[in-house]
Amino acid sequence: MSVLVYTESEQGVFKKAAFEVASYAKAVASDLGTTVTAVSINANDTSALAAYGVDKVLNVKNDALNSFNANAFAQVIKQAAEQENAQVVVVSSSADSKYLAPLLSVSLNAGYASNVIAKPESTSPFKVKRTAFTNKAFEITEINSEIKIVGVSNNAFGLVESSGSASAEDFSPAIPELGVSVESVDKATDKVSIADAEIVVSGGRGLKGPENWGMVEELADVLGAATACSKPVSDLGWRPHSEHVGQTGKPVASNLYIAIGISGAIQHLAGINASKVKVVINTDPEAPFFKAADYGVVGDAFEVVPALIEKLKAFKAQQ
Amino acid sequence: MKILVCISHVPDTTSKINFTDGDTKFDTNGVQFVINPNDEFGLTRAMWFKEKQGASVTVVNVGGPETEPTLRKALAIGADEAIRVNTAATDGFTVAKQLASVIENGGYDLVIAGRESIDYNGGMVPGMIAGLTQANFVNNCIGLEVDGSSAKAIREIDGGKETISTTLPLVIGGQKGLVEESDLRIPNMRGIMMARKKPLTVAEPVDAIAQTTSVTFEKPAPKGAVTLVAPDNLDELVNLLHNEAKVI
Ligand SMILES: Cc1cc2nc3c(=O)[nH]c(=O)nc-3n(C[C@H](O)[C@H](O)[C@H](O)COP(=O)(O)OP(=O)(O)OC[C@H]3O[C@@H](n4cnc5c(N)ncnc54)[C@H](O)[C@@H]3O)c2cc1C
Ligand SMILES: Nc1ncnc2c1ncn2[C@@H]1O[C@H](COP(=O)(O)O)[C@@H](O)[C@H]1O
Repeated sequence: MSVLVYTESEQGVFKKAAFEVASYAKAVASDLGTTVTAVSINANDTSALAAYGVDKVLNVKNDALNSFNANAFAQVIKQAAEQENAQVVVVSSSADSKYLAPLLSVSLNAGYASNVIAKPESTSPFKVKRTAFTNKAFEITEINSEIKIVGVSNNAFGLVESSGSASAEDFSPAIPELGVSVESVDKATDKVSIADAEIVVSGGRGLKGPENWGMVEELADVLGAATACSKPVSDLGWRPHSEHVGQTGKPVASNLYIAIGISGAIQHLAGINASKVKVVINTDPEAPFFKAADYGVVGDAFEVVPALIEKLKAFKAQQ
Repeated sequence: MKILVCISHVPDTTSKINFTDGDTKFDTNGVQFVINPNDEFGLTRAMWFKEKQGASVTVVNVGGPETEPTLRKALAIGADEAIRVNTAATDGFTVAKQLASVIENGGYDLVIAGRESIDYNGGMVPGMIAGLTQANFVNNCIGLEVDGSSAKAIREIDGGKETISTTLPLVIGGQKGLVEESDLRIPNMRGIMMARKKPLTVAEPVDAIAQTTSVTFEKPAPKGAVTLVAPDNLDELVNLLHNEAKVI
């Protein structure tokens, strides 16, 4: 018996989500009275996992797994789950984990609940709370199968440190035929992605045109944030589709979401509502976003944003 | 090329979400249902393959008779035929089982599904059908070209995209980007007339055991009032974000 967690890394370094899913796995393992095993694929140094409750690390090093492949990674996790006799497998909500989880579900014959936001309400029966209707509601889902796969929403559970040490052993699973191969990757390495971001700064049609995004990017830089936008902004080609957030775009579950010149249409709010703290900057005090936000500034973005950047720079300089 | 487009029948994005029967069921009262937006992008890409490469396009839904207008709409947009698997879609795995059976019987080369449905947001059906039918799989697909039995796909990844080469049979989880918003089609009168004559087959379900059960639903707690900060007092906003909200 054990809880298995897939701790994702990039270029050999664990993502923050890896520590969050490890923390989650630890909470589940405590409820079940068992231990946590992490499966790590091509991470340079796995020692950091112990601080988040991992008892044992299965360390996979294989050049065939240098670029992500959903089927291959799912098969690695499956073999780890079998070796460890895992009852529960925990994964994150990254694009990669959401890609592999359904494949893993089929091959382990394990029920999968995605977008889970809290530790299980009960472990027998196994019930978890997840978001549904794009954050307009929560659903309590029971997983009935013997092995359960839980996909944890980003930033929902947080990091929980624990003391302890982890043993590590090499793990050499069989790698299947890949079937799909990555020919090229186009990724901005100097920018924070929306999925990984703790803070997201987002602009809407109120910003009038793409030439005005300099201040949005600068605000994001000062805060170490990712940039995002409303749907019409990406439809108009002012910003790339990858920045479109909302019900039909990317979901955002950041700690802080700053909306600039965004009215707050239901489809927009649905996608960003899982963010913990929302700030709106809008000239129109009647904009629906003010009903969804925690903090609001009724004002012209072209005055408020540059001033806010200055205030934040001064604040950061003091820290 | 035989293409199957999986169509999820979902509440319109503007719908108010309510529950009945002691918060155990989604309240469909007054709700308008539409083709899941991610599937609409997929269907539009399928029409491109039909028009440019002579592909045949079948649409499928797993659901009760109430989903037929949504399938008719897909026929009106241009799909050749429709299949409805006559069972309630209660669990992603059982839906995937039904779809896998349709795929095996129909011998489809390319299966286009959506990255996720906007109702239950499972994000699992396409991957599961790929696993069940042993097909190649590309999720978060924002570009797709097929040449004979080889395919080139673009997948959105966190912070960028990657180009993938693969072969048919292939399942994709599609999303916006697969086609542009402006390429989406609204059914015209002729399409609607023709759709009435196109075949809509009702298939009986195969046996499948659900792996998950939806127990109850909750709505988020009502939001407290917004704290307004004057535009000439932004020090206060920084202070609140740091000391009260503790997010910077
Ligand atoms: C099926 C469907 C799906 C959709 N999915 C999404 C989705 O996923 N995401 C999404 O975002 N939208 C989505 N939409 C679109 C949504 O309904 C709204 O149209 C959209 O969110 C509005 O974008 P906006 O707030 O940028 O623009 P607008 O509604 O035009 O709002 C601009 C705001 O800027 C303010 N403003 C103007 N000038 C200034 C200034 N100088 N300073 C500060 N504020 C200013 C205005 O007061 C206004 O509130 C969807 C729509 C449909 C039909
Ligand atoms: N009941 C269904 N009938 C047909 N296709 C479905 C059904 N449910 C989900 N799908 C397909 O699977 C995709 C992802 O759905 P889900 O896994 O439920 O988020 C959808 O975009 C559809 O393409």
